[in-house]
Amino acid sequence: MIDILGEFPAMKIGELREFKKSIDGSFSEFTGEYGEAIEGFFDPLLWFLVWFEKLLLATPWPIILLIVGSLAWAGSRSIKIASGAILAFIAIGYFGMWEDTMSTLAIVSVATLICIFIGIPMGILMARSKYAQTLVTPLLDIMQTIPAFVYLIPVVMLLGIGKVPGLIAVCIYALPPVVRLTNLGIRLVSKEALEAADAFGASYSQRLFGVQIPLALPNIFAGINQTIMMALSMVVIASMIGVAGLGVPVLRSISNQYLALGLLNGLAIVALAIIFDRVTQEYGKRLQKHRHGDHS
Amino acid sequence: MSDIAISIKGLYKIFGKRPKKMVEYVKDGMSKADLLDKHNHVLGLKDINIDIPAHKISVIMGLSGSGKSTLIRHINRLIEPTSGNIDVYGKDVLSMSKVELREFRRHQTSMVFQKFGLHVHKTVAENVAYGLVIQGISLDQAKKDSHKWLERVGLDGFEDYYPAQLSGGMQQRVGLARALATDADILLMDEAFSALDPLIRADMQDILLDLQQDLHKTIVFITHDLDEALRIGDSIAILRDGEVIQQGNPQDIILKPDDDYIVDFIQEINRGRVINIKSIMNKGKTVEGPSFHQSSVLENVLTAVVDSDNHAANVVDDNNEIIGSIHLQEIATAIAKPAVKSNININYK
Repeated sequence: MIDILGEFPAMKIGELREFKKSIDGSFSEFTGEYGEAIEGFFDPLLWFLVWFEKLLLATPWPIILLIVGSLAWAGSRSIKIASGAILAFIAIGYFGMWEDTMSTLAIVSVATLICIFIGIPMGILMARSKYAQTLVTPLLDIMQTIPAFVYLIPVVMLLGIGKVPGLIAVCIYALPPVVRLTNLGIRLVSKEALEAADAFGASYSQRLFGVQIPLALPNIFAGINQTIMMALSMVVIASMIGVAGLGVPVLRSISNQYLALGLLNGLAIVALAIIFDRVTQEYGKRLQKHRHGDHS
Repeated sequence: MSDIAISIKGLYKIFGKRPKKMVEYVKDGMSKADLLDKHNHVLGLKDINIDIPAHKISVIMGLSGSGKSTLIRHINRLIEPTSGNIDVYGKDVLSMSKVELREFRRHQTSMVFQKFGLHVHKTVAENVAYGLVIQGISLDQAKKDSHKWLERVGLDGFEDYYPAQLSGGMQQRVGLARALATDADILLMDEAFSALDPLIRADMQDILLDLQQDLHKTIVFITHDLDEALRIGDSIAILRDGEVIQQGNPQDIILKPDDDYIVDFIQEINRGRVINIKSIMNKGKTVEGPSFHQSSVLENVLTAVVDSDNHAANVVDDNNEIIGSIHLQEIATAIAKPAVKSNININYK
């Protein structure tokens, strides 16, 4: 009796070892069996990522500056933000971080695209069905809170070191916001607007694409914005498993205590984050301009 | 009598987990309060039987919680009944498949909402064209087709505004134009003007009555405002706690209220301005004195009747033929408020 109170009745050390071993063993087996097939499945993704990175690197820098400037302008309609973006890229280039920045840009863009393609339909599904919501919500919680290193282990075991596992790690971390906010946005669409659609005989898709998604768009956009931010914040961790980009020099400066190198590359990530954030936020605001009438 | 457009028979609606079972209890006489206390189900509608005539304005009136908004949503099946029948021009609405129901909503009914239900991300013109777009017409064509309705409600020039830029009254005009644009015969108006301030409301009532003169739609109009009901209704049904307690034409309801609840309800109205001489005249009798058209209200004939020698007047129809007469005494009786017999038991829930 006293014994039980003294120490937590844990598994015996031997049993625990066996338990862990069996999990490790079966996963290794799974890896051996299906590793190649799964790698093959991700090949098109790798191909696209490499192609996009090469494209960015091969494009002459003035053209990239022009594209950055015009995209920033198209998104924000603000001279300040567009010129700020161009200046930031000039500084990045001037301090010798151009190539790493292009690599980071490539992986962040591809990761964001993947998250949008997976996340928005998932959010729609969650908004449509209560069961999907109760099922997916804890999954999203896990994805957001589990330490990245933990899911890096099986990913690396399965796919080795390289761009694709890095991309997957980034996506796992960055996917939840776009799913959550798509779900939320659709659920927040006013009942009156939906009832009107129903009363006029709208079909499910007319309702979804004509009313729910357009009205949820500002929220969906906030989700995309958060997804981009989170993807950027994963860059350093992704570089630990072989993703090129601004994270690599940061890692190097941690192990060698290079203050200036770490700072510069860190600031470059910050600059990218701010540009992405401001441009998408301004765009999001423009999307819901119609909600604030000038009628008083 | 005119044709029946919508026929509702034995309609029950109970909210809760096992509504079907609860219907039996209610049919056996269980009250709304007991149903809530003992079984935790809410009685929404109880044995509703209404025939709604075609091409007329039928008002369904009741206080909040009386089930009137629930009732109107049964007509286009935005709410599924627990039991009962709803026929629209002889077609059983409840047996329609999803696709049939969609077609029914697209072409036969349209709806105007209390909170407008406009799509804030669309312009006024796009909102008005919405019903047509849902029918499968291209947006450009739909905008063209629906433009006359936009003009008709006085929104010409506001095509490219967003709803948030308009006042409440103008937003509801958009709602009305949207409902008219589909050419559906049945117009369901759920407290359509209740959110508007009194002047704008009167304005909208005028627009509606004016439109109705040309269009002859079958309008089901929900309101909690008796003045509004009397003003626009060709017939009125009064709903209380999910039950119809009286239906008839407005004159009947004021002159022959069925129970104390309705008596109390009609206390505050200006009887002299609502009751017309036709409804209180003595048929066929002719008197010496002035003549008035049958639709004149008491207030307008009172002075002349008082001044006349016999304190009486004749009632004439559209062809100026005398169809009856009235005396001062009858006018006075009609204007006097009916006594409320027992004020204590009236439940406003």
